Amino acid sequence: MELEKFSYDNKIVKAFIIATVAFGLVGMLVGLTAALQLVWPIFNFDLQYSSFGRIRPLHTNAIIFAFVGNAMFAGVYYSMQRLLKTRMFNDTLSWINFWGWQAIILAAAITLPLGLTTSKEYAELEWPIDIAITLIWVVFGINMIGTILRRREQHMYVAIWFYIATFITVAVLHVVNSFEMPVNLFKSYSWYAGVQDALVQWWYGHNAVAFFLTTPFLGLMYYYLPKAANRPVYSYRLSIIHFWSLIFIYIWAGPHHLLYTSLPDWAQSLGTVFSIMLIAPSWGGMLNGLLTLRGAWDRVREDVVLKFFVVAVTAYGMATLEGPLLSLKNINAIAHFTDWIVAHVHVGGLGWNGFMIFGMLYWLVPKMWDTKIYSNKLANLHFWLGTLGIIFYALPMYISGVVQSLMWKEFTPDGFLMYKNFLETTVQILPLHMLRAVGGALYLVGTIIMTYNLIKTAYSGKFIANEATEAAPLTIASHGNKGWHAVLERKPIVFTTLALVAILIGGAIEMVPTFLIKSNVPTIASVKPYTPLELHGRDIYIREGCVGCHSQMVRPFRSETERYGEYSKSGEYVYDHPFLWGSKRTGPDLQRVGGKYGDSWHYYHMLDPGSVSAGTIMPAYPWLYEQQIDKEQTALKINALRTIGVPYAEGYEQTANEDLDKQAARIVENLQMEGIEVIQDAEIIALIAYLQRLGTDIKVKDTALSANQ
Amino acid sequence: MYKNILQSIDNVAIWPLISFVIFFVFFLLLIWWAFTVNKQFIQHMSNMPIDDATSKPNHSGHEK
Repeated sequence: MELEKFSYDNKIVKAFIIATVAFGLVGMLVGLTAALQLVWPIFNFDLQYSSFGRIRPLHTNAIIFAFVGNAMFAGVYYSMQRLLKTRMFNDTLSWINFWGWQAIILAAAITLPLGLTTSKEYAELEWPIDIAITLIWVVFGINMIGTILRRREQHMYVAIWFYIATFITVAVLHVVNSFEMPVNLFKSYSWYAGVQDALVQWWYGHNAVAFFLTTPFLGLMYYYLPKAANRPVYSYRLSIIHFWSLIFIYIWAGPHHLLYTSLPDWAQSLGTVFSIMLIAPSWGGMLNGLLTLRGAWDRVREDVVLKFFVVAVTAYGMATLEGPLLSLKNINAIAHFTDWIVAHVHVGGLGWNGFMIFGMLYWLVPKMWDTKIYSNKLANLHFWLGTLGIIFYALPMYISGVVQSLMWKEFTPDGFLMYKNFLETTVQILPLHMLRAVGGALYLVGTIIMTYNLIKTAYSGKFIANEATEAAPLTIASHGNKGWHAVLERKPIVFTTLALVAILIGGAIEMVPTFLIKSNVPTIASVKPYTPLELHGRDIYIREGCVGCHSQMVRPFRSETERYGEYSKSGEYVYDHPFLWGSKRTGPDLQRVGGKYGDSWHYYHMLDPGSVSAGTIMPAYPWLYEQQIDKEQTALKINALRTIGVPYAEGYEQTANEDLDKQAARIVENLQMEGIEVIQDAEIIALIAYLQRLGTDIKVKDTALSANQ
Repeated sequence: MYKNILQSIDNVAIWPLISFVIFFVFFLLLIWWAFTVNKQFIQHMSNMPIDDATSKPNHSGHEK
């Protein structure tokens, strides 16, 4: 048969590699800053743009979407061309994908420090950026499907399936979770409220981990690991079963992020059951990866690429066993809201994603520049610094998580909380936070060494921008009966649709009942929408990222009702667009903080937390005392919320500011009695109003629980 | 607005059951396929990443 001549596009891969390394360094540096802030508040620099609440989403977004995202594109663009024996469908689309993605990252890097955030974890970016992400993602999808349709290889290798599943699932997740009502160009409210918002968010959050950090990297594993080891994958059969069971099961497990919350019990159990089932495909994949090296383990001693891969796959195995265990209610009761979860995600992030990326880069760069790696010694040094970094990061955080949890739950023999002041439990874990920062620093130093090594490697070789090759054109062969699944692999569109159906069923059964059956969220008559001033306060709470350290979810444990007050009911959150339950308690829960302290306590506490609680690591918020709320936004906010179902009376937007002024005046008066002079429109007044409102609705007399009214 | 849509569907409980049966049958078929599939095909598939090396190293595409 006549061979067709064509070339592989390496230039686009090179661009994504450069972006990966650059944003990896930035993301890790921001992470290290956040780690230092959690020991020494001075690293917040008393600036609003660099305070922890805004730095944390910057770190997570930079790592997930900029570092891991660019690495994913690099890996996919390189491997897909070769597995399908064709150049990418369209070079222009490739470059739109590249520059569009970098523009989104730039927009995130500007808006997050400015406090423009939806506060939904890993989906913090505001609505215009959400739309841009959708468009660029579709460009990536068209480019990928187009490439698949133009392939010269009859069957699609399993890595390609993982890429397809990544594309469609991330598209579905992103669109569903980003339903929001714009207030203005930079502000929106989540379409969903309270329990439903939480369910959608964690269906998204969990599957973002599954389909952005896991499936594309499993695809990369199935390509680069055999490539680096120069031997086929241990079992291709297993890889097929691995793929289908993983995408079928993963999509159901989201509710395990909400155990013991106000989420309906059946949904929590659903999350637990499917999480346990996930062990099977995850470990199937891990074993398939590790066993690929059977009989070649001696090479792991010499080949630094394999070293990185072995640790990465092992970390994947550990994280995917730990995840299901954390989904058991009894373990979750201990681990949730503590540093344990931070350790868990970093085993996945630093170990699995980070080390897969490093291994891939050490393999790709010499290949694409047609040379050898500049220094094996430095690469080995990086490997050991990285590995030590993971250990120094994870171990202290595990210990810290358990210590925190035990201290929160400790009672005296007389039945009182042993550590009544939350701060005692925080101070106790600070040395462990210091060690964690050491771990992060080691990891970062390793990455810096890699950067130097890769640059030197590139300069020692010659970049092959277009790698010439040839292959026979694809003819639809009818030779040999290979069964229905083999037929499926020849039909990418059918395959894509099937994968889409698989994930949609899981998502629908998980979420639809909570939306449609009223009894799942019993309403509470005394729960009323926020007043205009409280609404402004709530938006400041969102802007400052308070949710990063403070939960608003008292779980039904005695240790929590004793510390915080009545446990949370789902009906309390029906006007919360978005929900602010949080997933981490670096500080205490705030669901019942309303009325607990006087206005002046909050005034002094936000101005200088250390003067009220000596030794606290909470940053100061001096700018709230200078900046004023924008009362022109009040009407827009009321209108937007009414559109998505909050029962503000028609026309209330016109008189809302009068109510706002009255409530603010009362707080100012309270403060004056304590000798505090403050402008009435200062942001702190709105924030105090919101904090004092929190959790007080059910304290109103004649509380009537009315389900199915 | 759509509060009662789900309850108003006749036999709504049958749908999760149907999805379960579909999933289960799919997996059974998948496992059956995996065990009976042609060995040559599996070999071909698993060798794909390794066989993709450029057949003729051609350095004409070098960037300056």
